Amino acid sequence: MAADNLPSEFDVIILGTGLSESVIAAACSRVGQRVLHVDRRSYYAGNWASFTFNGLLSWIEEYKAGPSQEAVQETWREKLEEGEEALALSPVDTSISNLEVFCYASSEEPEEEEEQAKDTTTCSVPQTPDSEGEVERCLLESSSVEEDEALAADGGSPEPAAGVDQTQPQGEASAEAEETEAEQETCPQVEQSQQEQQEKPFPAESQSEPKKQITYTKIVKEGRRFNIDLVSKLMYSRGLLVDLLIKSNVSRYAEFKNVTRILTYRNGKVEQVPCSRADVFGSKQLTVVEKRMLMKFLTFCLDFEQHPEEYQDFSERPFWNFLQTKKLTENLQHFILHSIAMVTPEVCTAEGLRATQHFLRCLGRYGNTPFLFPLYGLGEIPQCFCRMCAVFGGIYCLRHSISCLVVDKESNKCKAVIDSHGQRISCGHFVVEDGYIGEDQRKNTESRQISRAVLITDRSILPSDSEQQISLVTVPPMEPGSPVVWMVELCSSTMTCMPGTYLVHLTCSSSSGSAKEDLAPVVSRLFCTAVSPEEEPTEGEKGSEVPTMLWALYFNMRDTSAVDRSSYDLPSNVHVCTSPDAALGSDHAINLAEAVFRQFLPEEEFCPPAPNPEDIIYDGDGPQGEGPGFDEADPADASGSQGGESAEPQDVKQDAEQTGDVATEETSTRCEPGPASEE
Amino acid sequence: MHGRIKIKTTVQQEEEKRKERERKLKIYVTARDAIFSKRKNGVLDDEALQLTQQLLASNPDVATLWNYRREILLHLETIREEDDVQKMYDAELSFLESCLKVNPKSYGSWHHRGWVSARLPRPDWARELSLCDRCLSLDDRNFHCWDYRRMVVKMSGVPVDQELQFTDRLIGSNFSNYSSWHYRSTLLPLLHPESPEPHSPCQQASHSSPLTSPQTHSHRVCEEQLLKEYELVQNAFFTDPNDQSAWFYYRWLLGRAEREEMISCVFVSREEERVAVAFSRPVNASSSGLILVLDGQPQRVEWRSIHPRFKHSPVWICKIPPGTISDISNEHNLTVHWTEKHTHRDCALYTGRSESWCRDSATDQELFRSELSVEKTSVLQSELQSCNQLLDLEPQNKWCLLTIILLMRALDPLGYETETLSHFQTLKEVDPMRSAYYSDLCSKFMIENTILKMEYAEVRVFSLSDKNLTSLCHLDQLLLVTHINLSSNQLLRLPPEFAMLQCLEVLEADNNAIENLEGLYHLAKLQDVSLKNNKISKLSDLQPLTSCPKLTRLDLRGNPVTQIVNFQSELAEVLPSITDLLF
Repeated sequence: MAADNLPSEFDVIILGTGLSESVIAAACSRVGQRVLHVDRRSYYAGNWASFTFNGLLSWIEEYKAGPSQEAVQETWREKLEEGEEALALSPVDTSISNLEVFCYASSEEPEEEEEQAKDTTTCSVPQTPDSEGEVERCLLESSSVEEDEALAADGGSPEPAAGVDQTQPQGEASAEAEETEAEQETCPQVEQSQQEQQEKPFPAESQSEPKKQITYTKIVKEGRRFNIDLVSKLMYSRGLLVDLLIKSNVSRYAEFKNVTRILTYRNGKVEQVPCSRADVFGSKQLTVVEKRMLMKFLTFCLDFEQHPEEYQDFSERPFWNFLQTKKLTENLQHFILHSIAMVTPEVCTAEGLRATQHFLRCLGRYGNTPFLFPLYGLGEIPQCFCRMCAVFGGIYCLRHSISCLVVDKESNKCKAVIDSHGQRISCGHFVVEDGYIGEDQRKNTESRQISRAVLITDRSILPSDSEQQISLVTVPPMEPGSPVVWMVELCSSTMTCMPGTYLVHLTCSSSSGSAKEDLAPVVSRLFCTAVSPEEEPTEGEKGSEVPTMLWALYFNMRDTSAVDRSSYDLPSNVHVCTSPDAALGSDHAINLAEAVFRQFLPEEEFCPPAPNPEDIIYDGDGPQGEGPGFDEADPADASGSQGGESAEPQDVKQDAEQTGDVATEETSTRCEPGPASEE
Repeated sequence: MHGRIKIKTTVQQEEEKRKERERKLKIYVTARDAIFSKRKNGVLDDEALQLTQQLLASNPDVATLWNYRREILLHLETIREEDDVQKMYDAELSFLESCLKVNPKSYGSWHHRGWVSARLPRPDWARELSLCDRCLSLDDRNFHCWDYRRMVVKMSGVPVDQELQFTDRLIGSNFSNYSSWHYRSTLLPLLHPESPEPHSPCQQASHSSPLTSPQTHSHRVCEEQLLKEYELVQNAFFTDPNDQSAWFYYRWLLGRAEREEMISCVFVSREEERVAVAFSRPVNASSSGLILVLDGQPQRVEWRSIHPRFKHSPVWICKIPPGTISDISNEHNLTVHWTEKHTHRDCALYTGRSESWCRDSATDQELFRSELSVEKTSVLQSELQSCNQLLDLEPQNKWCLLTIILLMRALDPLGYETETLSHFQTLKEVDPMRSAYYSDLCSKFMIENTILKMEYAEVRVFSLSDKNLTSLCHLDQLLLVTHINLSSNQLLRLPPEFAMLQCLEVLEADNNAIENLEGLYHLAKLQDVSLKNNKISKLSDLQPLTSCPKLTRLDLRGNPVTQIVNFQSELAEVLPSITDLLF
């Protein structure tokens, strides 16, 4: 069935599969709205996506290459009727800028590389998005991500390698590459390998020989083990996102791990922040009196509203000043301000106390830190909501965009849209990601930038007994005026990087210009580049205490989260979802989604709990509707779907894609993903 | 619109659930009946094992089924090869694991696991330990698991230091778990026993049994380790001063060993021809092999406790055969043997003396160094400093206040008396629910202090008026007291233990709220009792006084009982010996 056979009418059409859009899609579909959810990209989650290493390289390529030179189709003109005008959407995404890639890991095994070079040429063709303007089945499109991965797996992932070579600036990386042959015996790492064996999934590898230096080739080869988030966020365990996941039962589609440590950078070294009761008890850095003062202050913060006398004089004054009056040592003030409240010193006391309280309330719900991280990366979360939408009948098309809106001149409402295949589809409401809005529709072009860096490193920023730590590191401004940076270090058990490496995300609100300018000072302080083997180990000693960077990416992402709806010149039934914000949690995106939902469905409940799979009856008025295995043979069905529920998120990902497929075959009524995933 | 899904209504769901329940019940009942009939017929086969497994999987708390299962397993054990037995029990263990997943606090499952583990031909204790660790990580207060783990540790001989590390880990993740602290307290004395120290010879002179020190050190920990433990536990109570587990552990660390069991006093009175013996703890004289030897001759005597209420008592009395010691010109040597404890105490009654005693004084025994051990003063002093530091930060913390009081008592009970009293006052204010407890405790300390003062003054007069006493204790220490003043306190009664004041002649207890005189029982020397302004309301309350032969003066002014019609004549009937009655 071709995509232009999409139904010609929907209640809601959503363009963009970021978190807010996906939540809206799930919420609408859940209460019976007919939802069409499309994305111009070949992957889910837009700027919230997670990529395999090779997927990320393709993504980089895509943005480096700039907008594809696609002939603007004017065919939609003829679809317009009397009294209507067209409002074109932007065909290109300009939200990402200042991309810079550095490869510090050396490549090896030249003969293999040659082989790959050959592959490169053959593989690169189908990679280019929209290369052929032909009408493709959505089914194919949605599975293309998977195809990429498959390619990467067998082919040793080729084309990205070439891509990186191009991006290496002054050949410094290639200079390192020449030193490859000698680099194997890196002495400082041997001791570490013993620790590693404990949790390493492949003990055989590490046992037989001292830890092998990780080469670029290895990273590419193991590229499928990476799931690199474009947006680095953590989930506050009592934040809106977690509450929503629980309330809506969407949480069943994903798995999570607790962030295990909160660290901070202070006086030139990385320290653990004692934030939970157990941390404070076990802390070696604090004196017993400090422990008491810290606990006392934190206990006060938990219900500070009950003790207005303690802070009301300071309510509007800076939090920093308030802390100084609380008999807290400098140590403690730093911890509270930067790592617990995570606010700037100037923030007013009331807000600082609220932030502290939020942090503390999140503690202990799932573990000793307030944060959760989704296995396989944050990009899983929008997909989970898409899956929920699909379960309730939402239709999904990737690599499918909307060219323009059809606006009724009289009412100034969007009546319909014309998709990238030229089909006119009417809709009641249209929800669109900010990135699709053209410059003409923006009254106020002011927007902020988020600076991001992604590093692959060879060891943890603060090695401990366990290799498998997930750490949040707060880095206060290195010098006055420079930004507050937070850093999330992920270990391989989060399924976001290959064993033996760590994936480090740095994020800050951009102050000066490019991400590199913002973040490089922090990166150079905390990480080093590969030590060349000629250097004496004594010299390298100091360097060996900090992790070595194997690969680094810098980019800026536009942050439109503060842009008001009134800043867009759009019909009233068109709703804009702004980009991810710079905050650590996802509250903004969830608030936004709920606000949009409330605007056009004020009577309906927002994401009510999804019923258990066995309580869903498939309404069979389609020819295949009453297929066997659903209405009959109940017990087997139920157990099957339970199996589906407990499936690994990796399966979930595929499920989501499959349900997408299934849903697009609109005549089919098979929506429940459980049994489908079993087959 | 097709392709939409419907959700079953609640009624439909309820109905389905009901049917499901019925179906399950039917299966359950059928299986149960089958099992019981099999057991009745003595069938011990695999099928029965299957059936019981089916039921226990859903309800692991049916002890009968586990019992039947054990019968079957024991039978199968006799007819199978060892390898098969191993397999059989391994299967049993994995079945049990699934039961524990359903209910990690099932008595039946844990008990059965213990039984199976003990019978396994080749037990895998490491696996059992890791099972326990998993269980405890889910719920660190699961006492079933703690119990089972103790068994596993014992059976597999896990080294003590490894177990100590285990408690380190548990305490590190959650220090509000007394199970872990307690376990620690059992391990430390094994791992770091206190080195036996020779005791200072100066103590020996005054003692009749010089070679034993007043404190035995069996459960103590060496000082180096103690200091580490103090630090650990301080981290806990500074982090959360309201958590009692850390404070209890701290009390244990500071705690003293049990006192040595001994005869603390022998008193002999020529006139009354009797001997009173005090012990370091309540004993039952009739079953502990008490022998009185007089001038080398074992005597046939009848030991009686100070009050018929007590089968165990720290003071016992016996009559000496009439005429044996009545001649004041004779000197006698008494020895009391406590054969059960292989100890004895001598006492000489010299010519011309009407009474004599031999005892260890409370000061010698350091009896009232509270519950705390006599550690090096410097250690206790620094602990007191830490606690005072915490008190500065948490002036309302009851645990801290109480600990400070105990430390002060261990260091210098008399020197810290004022501070102790003021801390008690704070305690009663911050913890009004336990104010009566604090009052009793405070009374105890005041009595101890007064005993010490009396000892230092070497007198037999005990005066403790106007001290807010709510209860009496350490009365065994007052065996020799002749005059006691308890006036202006808040006493409600003179308890049976009061009968331990065997030498008492004069009792003043004015201005209390006494309504019960049970303890004025067989006090042979008591002559003068003043009970002004108390709550004695019935003549029968005075009944115990009839057992005191020498009582002649009684002051009952301000008691309700005096309002009774014909009080004087009624009383004369009950207590004819009273010659001097004030009312």
